[in-house]
Amino acid sequence: MEVNFWIFLLLSVLKVAVVTVILLTAVAYTVLLERKVVGRIQNRWGPTRVGPFGLLQPLADGIKLFLKEDLMPTGVYKPLYIAAPVIALSCALLSISMIPFGANIKYHGVDLFQISDINIGLLVILGITSVGVYGVALSGWSSNNKYSLLGALRASAQVISYELALGLSVIGVILVSQSFRLREIVDLQARHGIVSWNVFGGFQFVAFFIYLTAAFAETNRTPFDLPEAESELTAGYHTEYSSMKFAMFFMAEYANMITVGCVATLLFLGGWTSPFGHLFPADLGGVVGEALLPVFWFVAKVFCFLFLYIWVRGTLPRFRYDQLMGFGWKFLMPLAIANILATSLWLAFHAA
Amino acid sequence: MHLVLFIIFGGLCVAGALNLLFQRHPINAALSLIVVMSSLAVLYLLLGAEFLAAAQVIVYSGAIMVLFTFVIMLLNAGSEERTHGSKAAYAIGIPGAAALFAALAYIFLSNSKSLSTAKLGDYIVTTSDLSRVLFRDLLLPFEVTSVLILVAILGAVALARREH
Repeated sequence: MEVNFWIFLLLSVLKVAVVTVILLTAVAYTVLLERKVVGRIQNRWGPTRVGPFGLLQPLADGIKLFLKEDLMPTGVYKPLYIAAPVIALSCALLSISMIPFGANIKYHGVDLFQISDINIGLLVILGITSVGVYGVALSGWSSNNKYSLLGALRASAQVISYELALGLSVIGVILVSQSFRLREIVDLQARHGIVSWNVFGGFQFVAFFIYLTAAFAETNRTPFDLPEAESELTAGYHTEYSSMKFAMFFMAEYANMITVGCVATLLFLGGWTSPFGHLFPADLGGVVGEALLPVFWFVAKVFCFLFLYIWVRGTLPRFRYDQLMGFGWKFLMPLAIANILATSLWLAFHAA
Repeated sequence: MHLVLFIIFGGLCVAGALNLLFQRHPINAALSLIVVMSSLAVLYLLLGAEFLAAAQVIVYSGAIMVLFTFVIMLLNAGSEERTHGSKAAYAIGIPGAAALFAALAYIFLSNSKSLSTAKLGDYIVTTSDLSRVLFRDLLLPFEVTSVLILVAILGAVALARREH
């Protein structure tokens, strides 16, 4: 169908603005959720003072970070010192543009719940993630501080190592769904609800485990948060950063968490499809319900991921560096390759 | 549209390459190499090779250049030092490069009929098309290349471990 260019442009700009605002709000409230949940795990309350139940805490944090003095340390290499947080945040925000949030509902020929639906969506997300490492690497180097540099070296080594396991675990899903397009990957899982999700029906639970573990390492989260291990490295690669530049790294980390959760939801947990399949009529609540119910499922699944992230952070201690590398290269990598072999043999057996 | 993008990213590619040569500091040079590789990926995309473009970004701009910057950061290499260079390079360098360029241009132009021309356009080579060629028609060269890379890796490991 021929789409009017101006309508397309207007709707696209609108989509980008709405998604960015929602993502940044989600980032702010993930931080609050984390402080609350970790607080409860450690038998304390977490933030309670600002607003009811501490719900306005993200706003207060944001104002504080904006108004703080932006220090420029004397020894830094300025161009890269300034560029590094920008690279980190823009890569984190870019990858959300490939994520479909809800069913394929068109308005004047424009997809409402996805910014761009492209053939190689999954590869583009992987590519953007791999470029995002530069934000961390350059920040550590340009800060001219040994803690920063050590943190950055740890971070880039860790991200490169676990990216392999992550990419290989995704191949199992691609073999099953035979497409890189995220919408097609989800559509294939939509047939019978929870049993046809890739993690169960596609027998990709091993891949799911590998993806989950590698995703923790990719986003520098506990138990793999060695790049910012505060007991040894002060704050790791962002030691020298203050005010908004620090906030940009912080937002990038949480935005990456959300993106990784979204991708895991799409690849393994059926994306926006209902876990009950077609048990309930799809037209529950008319046109609006039909559009918003999938978004509800999607958000619920991503929320479970974020909760899991926080839960793990409150539970597991940090790995040692050699354990981290050994686990990535000697356990996850061979396991991922074995998963690819098993999946392709299984598919070939079925096709024959 | 395609032409405009081609001019923008082709220009970016050339500018990055020139910057790579003129920068004194290795980390700036490495970063301009990333710009070159990423704009090459866009050029591949303009030619309809979507998988190649994604692989270019993931493998070259992502993994390989991260290792480059990693090494530069570890060695903490300073700015390059000016040397007088070799006389031979001054004498032969530019004429030699020009001769090579002219020879390549002559060969490509004289055989342009048998080589098909590349077009900027809307067509796209899907990943399944590419893999059909790679794993059916060109299976042997593909596998031989992978063995070659394996040999190179083993060689690197052997060189690195020679001390023990």
